[in-house]
Order: sequence, then C-alpha cells, then structure tokens
Amino acid sequence: MAATIEDTSTTTSAPARTEGSRRPSSVGPVLLTTLTWIVAIGFFFPVLWMVLTAFKTESAAYTDPPTLFFSPTLEQFEAVFDAGIGPYLANSLGATAISTILVLLLATPAAFALSLRPVEKTQDVLFFFISTKMLPVVAAIVPIYVVVNEIRALDNIWTLIVLYTAMNLPIAVWMMRSFFLEVPKELLEAASIDGASLGRTLREVVLPIISPGIFATALICVIFAWNEFFFAVNLTAANAGTVPVFLVGFITSEGLYWARLSAAATLAALPVVLAGWFAQNKLVQGLSFGAVK
Amino acid sequence: MRRAPLVPALVFTIVVTQIPFLLTLYYSVQSWNLVRPGSQRFVWFENYVSVFADSQFRGVALNTIIMTLGSVIIAVILGLLLALLLNRHFIGRGVVRTLLVTPFLITPVAAALLWKTTLLDPTYGLINFVLSPFGASGTDWVSTFPLASVMASLIWQWTPFMMLLLLAGLQSMPGDQVEAARVDGAGAWAIFVELTLPHLRRFLELGIVLGAIYLVNTFDAVYMITQGGPGTASANLPFYIYQRAFLGFDIGQSAAMGVVVVVLTIIVATFALRLVFRSFGAAGSES
Repeated sequence: MAATIEDTSTTTSAPARTEGSRRPSSVGPVLLTTLTWIVAIGFFFPVLWMVLTAFKTESAAYTDPPTLFFSPTLEQFEAVFDAGIGPYLANSLGATAISTILVLLLATPAAFALSLRPVEKTQDVLFFFISTKMLPVVAAIVPIYVVVNEIRALDNIWTLIVLYTAMNLPIAVWMMRSFFLEVPKELLEAASIDGASLGRTLREVVLPIISPGIFATALICVIFAWNEFFFAVNLTAANAGTVPVFLVGFITSEGLYWARLSAAATLAALPVVLAGWFAQNKLVQGLSFGAVK
Repeated sequence: MRRAPLVPALVFTIVVTQIPFLLTLYYSVQSWNLVRPGSQRFVWFENYVSVFADSQFRGVALNTIIMTLGSVIIAVILGLLLALLLNRHFIGRGVVRTLLVTPFLITPVAAALLWKTTLLDPTYGLINFVLSPFGASGTDWVSTFPLASVMASLIWQWTPFMMLLLLAGLQSMPGDQVEAARVDGAGAWAIFVELTLPHLRRFLELGIVLGAIYLVNTFDAVYMITQGGPGTASANLPFYIYQRAFLGFDIGQSAAMGVVVVVLTIIVATFALRLVFRSFGAAGSES
C-alpha cells in the first residue's frame, strides 16, 4: 500500500511542477478539475438518489419533477425490517463471513506453496485455478442443482458457503501469491541462517509483512460473496435466502413502492460499499488476480 | 511434502468446480425433463443438434456477444477518460475516486433495480427528467431499448473498475520519459499517442479480457431489468439457459447449451488470458 501511495505522489508531482514552471494558463487545470468533479458526481448521483429516496415518503418518491428537498423519514427502513429482512441479512452475513474464512484458510497455504516455496508445475496449478473462473457458472448450475437436491441440501446456508468458497478461492490464491512474492527473499534467508524454524519464520517474519494483503483479500471475497445472486436465487428460498434474494421477493410484493425498495436496496448495498471504500487500493489487484499491483 | 499446503485448496476446487462440469457433459447426452420423472434416457447428440437448430439460441448467443463486448468496450473508453482526468493533482482527488468507485460496489441486484425504477422509469425516472429539455420525455427505455437498458447498468457498474485499472497503469508510467518528451516540445496529444497509449496497452488488454470474463456471466441485470424480454430480445446465454433449466425443467437441453458455452469460452479465454498474463509476467518465468 505504501508503494502505491509513493508512486502516486512522484508521478503526479512531476507534471504539476512543469505546469507550474511553464504557466501556459491557469484556467485549464481549474476547468479540468471542475469537469472531473461534475463527472464524478454524475456517476455517483444514482447512488445518492437511491439513499435519498430511501428516506422519503412514498408520495415524495413519485413526483415529476423529482423532489430534492424533503423532510426525511425512517418509516421505509422500519417497513423493510417489518417485512423480515433480518433473517436474510443474517444469512448473507453468515455465508459471507464463513466462506471468507474458509477461503483464507485454504488459500494462504496454497499461495505459499506457489510462491515462496514453489512446487513443481506451479504454472499449471495457477492456470488451473484461474481457468475455473473462466468457466461460465451457468454451465454448472444444472448439475449443482440436481446434486444439491439429491443430498437434500436445497435452501441450506452451507450449500452457499461451499459454493462461495469455491468461487473466491482462485482469486484469493492468485492475490495472496502476489503478496507472498513481495516478501524480500533476503529476509527469509536471514531468518533461516539464524536457525529459525519454518513455522517461526512464517509467524514472525512473513505474517506481519503480508497481513495487509490478507486483509485486502478478505475484503475482496466479502464483496463477491455478499453480492452473489445467481446461486442464491436458484438454490435457496425462505430459510437460507440472502439479501439479494430478499430484494427480488420484495420487488414482487412491493414493486410499486419505490421508497421502500430504495430502503431495502440501500441496506443490501451498504456493507459492501463500506468494505469496498476501505479496499479500493486493492480492488484492482484482487480483480486482476494480482496481475496489477 | 512441499505440496502438502497446496492439496486442500486444490482438492476442494477440483471437487466443487470440475465434477459439475463432468456431470453437465453427461446430462448433455441425455433426454431428461424434470417434470417427467423416469424420462431420462441416452440420446447421443440429439440435444446438441436441437441446440444448433434453435434460432432463439443463436439470437441469444448474438445478444451475449453484443452485451459483453459492447459493455466492455464502452466501459474501457469511459474508464480511460476518467483515469486521465484523475491522473492529475487536484483538490479532493481521493474523494472523487471514492465517488467514482462506488457504482462498482453496489450489489448488482440493487443496481439493476435502481436503473429499472428510479432511473429509467418513463414517467418518474431521472433519465427522462434530465432529457426532458431535449424533448425526450416519456420514453419507455426498458421496453423500447431492452438490450441497451441492461447494458447501461452494466457500463455504469464496470466503468469504475476500468478506471481503477487504467489509473494504476498511468501511475506506473515513468514520469521522466513524459518530462523528456515535453522538454523536446511534444504536445499533449503526441505524448498521449506516442507514450501513454503504448504503455497502457497491456492494461487495456487486461481490462478487456477481465471485463469479458466477468460480464459474459451477466445474469442479475437481465433478470432484474427485462427478464430477457420482450421475447428473447435482451436475453443472454446465462439467462436463457436458466430459463430452460428452471422454468422449462429441460435438463438435457440446458446442459448441452452449457457445454457449448464452455467450449466457446475456453477457446476465447485461454488464448486471451495466457497472452495477457504473459505480458504482465504475473505467472512468468520468475517462479
């Protein structure tokens, strides 16, 4: 993370200095900055609008022209909780947290074996992991449904946990590997010369260095697991349904109540938006399987 | 012994991800409809023949290509423009980046809902309100342009990702090179074309490949905004196969479609991914 910040400051300060020394016009940068802000607010506006609508009454949500100023109310959030979003939030939380922990437990040793102590055929194993992400999920859903139905595991939270673990594991292996590769080899050599055991080296030398990486990997897994919809809608219902499943059901019953829907959508999106804001420096690294630092 | 740490992850991934695909292969040569118990029988390649004879399937395959490539390319272009805007030093840069990242983080189901209702609604939608001075009020976007409506929500969600990726690319550019070119009197456009674009090439390739891998699986937006309709006008392969499997209960047919999709994906993706990751050296000879 520190490296990223340094990069930013060096590359951005260079053009800034030249602009300052040449002084072609001071209007250009101001215009560009204004434009940037306008575009950013434009992109963000739908989200802001969703949150605003969630605090409106239904009559204020349906106006032409749209209402910007209104007296906020919490009644929509109350209605969403009365409609029973609670258990769905708990399911999302459970599926997300447990699958993320499982991913980290499986991916950390695997990434270690593929980086600091590379095994034979490391390349092939890495490409096997990434290739599972390329196979369209839809081609697997039919047998998954049949098997899950056969073992009486439909509408069971553990079904989602297993699938989410498999879904995030390849990303986590690649990402964790890129963090392990950042550990200086000299440190490991020094530790082994000092006679430290492998376990102790890992605990006392490697772990402190890669712990921000583990945290970032966990956040990426949280984002994907929380937002997942395809498995959830096909394999769960009232018992193990997650928040996106609740949202779809809510549309069927309350489709005409925008303010209430916005409140539900805001609750569904909020945890991941917060996680993502924290992880934004590492988002690209996770999504590009560690290819971009 | 060195392999021991790798085994659990590998076994887990093989069991959970590969067995279903083997079963898909098996089901694809069976005639099997869930609503007719005991109807399962071996039919050789009958399912494949009917998949290729199905004109709807071909239309849906075309939709998938348009939806995936169209969204990815537009998101890459917009993302590049945003990345260029953000690759400067200005007040509130961190805030602007946070605002721009947010659409990518919104739960896709919630994002699709947002587009379908508060943005694209013909009467109360924000888009028509913004466009009303230009005489476009009252347009029913979702029924008139179903495919474009789905793509709009996808582009809105994926532009931030492309921006972050390309911004990382821009920031990894050696600053002294640009400065040297500037001292030599090169203009901004010349620097962009001669230095920036070549440097960004591998980031652009990576963005296109990754975007395509994620977006070819689009399901949420189609399910929420148009349900693939009208007819199959905005259905893509994931949604169409889902319909066949879970509304038509035709296991054999949907499995055959799944196999076709997998084969096509493998052909495109293996070449593309190897190429891109080789150029990044992420899986290169270092290990």
